Amino acid sequence: MGVIKKAMTGADAAAEAMRQINPDVVAAYPITPQTPIMHRFAQFVAEGKVKTEFVTVESEHSAMSACVGAATAGGRVMTATSANGLALMFEIVYIAASNRLPIVMNVVNRALSGPINIHCDHSDSMACRDSGWIQLYSENAEEVYENNLIAIKLAERVNMPVMVCQDGFITSHSVESMRVLDDASVRRFIGQYKPKHYLLDVEHPITSGPFDFYDYYFEHKRQQIEAMTKVIPAFYEIVDELGKLMGKHYETVEEYYLADAEFVVVSLNSTAGTVKHTVDELRKQGKRVGALKIRLFRPFPREDIAKYLRGKKAVAVLDRAATFGHVAPLYHEIRSALYEFPDKPRVVSYIYGLGGRDVNLGHITKVFNELESGTAQEENYLGVRDEDEP
Amino acid sequence: MRMNLKQLASKEERFVSGHRLCPGCAAPIIVRLTLKAIKQAVVVATATGCLEVSSTIFPYTSWRVPWIHNAFENAAATISGVEACYRALKRQGKIRKEIKFVAFGGDGGTYDIGLQSLSGALERGHDFLYVCYDNEAYMNTGIQRSSATPMGAWTNTSQVGSAQLGKKEHMKDLTSIVAAHNIPYVAQATPANYLDLMRKVEKGVSIKGPAFINVLSPCPRGWRFPHNKTIKIAQLAVDTCFWPLYEVENGVYKINFDPGKNKKPIREWILSQGRYKHLWKNRGFIREIQEFVDRRWERLKQLSSMG
Repeated sequence: MGVIKKAMTGADAAAEAMRQINPDVVAAYPITPQTPIMHRFAQFVAEGKVKTEFVTVESEHSAMSACVGAATAGGRVMTATSANGLALMFEIVYIAASNRLPIVMNVVNRALSGPINIHCDHSDSMACRDSGWIQLYSENAEEVYENNLIAIKLAERVNMPVMVCQDGFITSHSVESMRVLDDASVRRFIGQYKPKHYLLDVEHPITSGPFDFYDYYFEHKRQQIEAMTKVIPAFYEIVDELGKLMGKHYETVEEYYLADAEFVVVSLNSTAGTVKHTVDELRKQGKRVGALKIRLFRPFPREDIAKYLRGKKAVAVLDRAATFGHVAPLYHEIRSALYEFPDKPRVVSYIYGLGGRDVNLGHITKVFNELESGTAQEENYLGVRDEDEP
Repeated sequence: MRMNLKQLASKEERFVSGHRLCPGCAAPIIVRLTLKAIKQAVVVATATGCLEVSSTIFPYTSWRVPWIHNAFENAAATISGVEACYRALKRQGKIRKEIKFVAFGGDGGTYDIGLQSLSGALERGHDFLYVCYDNEAYMNTGIQRSSATPMGAWTNTSQVGSAQLGKKEHMKDLTSIVAAHNIPYVAQATPANYLDLMRKVEKGVSIKGPAFINVLSPCPRGWRFPHNKTIKIAQLAVDTCFWPLYEVENGVYKINFDPGKNKKPIREWILSQGRYKHLWKNRGFIREIQEFVDRRWERLKQLSSMG
């Protein structure tokens, strides 16, 4: 009972959370590297370990469409996808958020085509950062598991859909030692889902998804914008409860040796593990370095971020995605969060790891060295060939 | 289904007035007849299109049943999710009531952009009825050709000029495509033959698994005819065998109305609508369309004679 140690991949961790959550409907379509989540979940369905209706649709567009139907009908609904699949469902991703449906979707991050590439970067979920979904990022399999539990509760508390992101292959296909809760604890933690208005309540008919002209659309969008302000307080209530069960402390971001750090590297997902390991190594040499990991990216926890980064000498933001025609997305947002503070540090950008390009201890050490020596440009690449390099 | 007009009028209205569909539009007639034919509780999904934009202008609604609109191409996928959720909640004992599921889509949302979503939902065997109100073009966006537009018809994207006489291609035979999914029930109907339509709806929802009814939906604006002629034109489609009434139940074809010797020439159909105006005196073109209609009618008779 309580907390159980297991060896699992990130994909298995997502499927295990889904088994325990036991959603009413899961609608999904195959795409690498998301597929192992659905393989494992299909096994749970076949063995009768979940009561879920598993709808194996003919496209991701239909996956999200069926999720919208099922969630409006009144069910607890989950799905998973990657890259092009997320891009194909984008139209309905936006509708799901606008209709305030508490759908939870595991996004196994993979580079968007083209050129086609099946490996990890964050171009897929970053392309959805303005879609109205809450986004949680996961450093490892245990965080994938925790984020799924947080996501279900958070989605239903604030009536908003949640993406739980993990790095394709790096996290989804690597076996790690991790901890899970027993089934009964999860059931108690997530509770029963009781929607207020739903389609299958035939005694009280609702019209969902009506035509909304210029006389109401703006007010509805304003409600959606302002509802996002309720997410961070709800997140803290939920993670405090989860923290008691897991014996951990959670924040929207995770600080690592920031109390006395002068130079900081900010990152998302599995790279945060590499950065923390690099901090450990450099600390042994007496360097005052630290790390900040963003766990909740939407809504953007700018107050938490500013609290940790103000007064530092220099900060490097690592982006595994690009914005064509402007600076990289995480960098853009971190810099904006610090803009109003007179004690803001110098903030520089590193684009790294596109299409699954490896990032290692040497790369992160180089970033810290460039921060310390002041040789970092405002915008930098990490681990890419120069034009004259073979 | 045996019922006279008085009895029909006294049945509960589940789709009510106040919507902004055009005078003479067949879609609300089809929707009212469909919902009147269903005795059970019903949840409706509707694809983006004339019906959806005109019946749910916030904060108003014409729907007195639970109703969902998601997007253009996914009415079938959306109702799949609703129906899957119903099965899940029913199995858990959270819902006891019998509920039927109906999706409405126009020809654009069904023949074209929604065909994949429809095909997937049919193959997965969801227990629902899909009703296509086929007005043979993208009317909501301003009369553009769809794959349901018949050959020769003028639309804003199949214009008439010295190099082209309306749409160059014959329409897609969606009813046959749906029948090829080997689902339990497929039918063609029109609002003119309202008892036939209601009987088909009743059958479609009583059978377990997917059912599909393709209903011709005359459009005064797009077809260019006076708005008091909707039902007459729908009847003409049947009498000329342009739109035969038939059903395919568990693979067995049955023609529901055979005009026999009273089969009217396609010329009458063409002359009834301004979208064919450029063809009114074009005997060659009319002959070509007559041959197409005859070919399809003969094939249908063969299929139905196989029993």
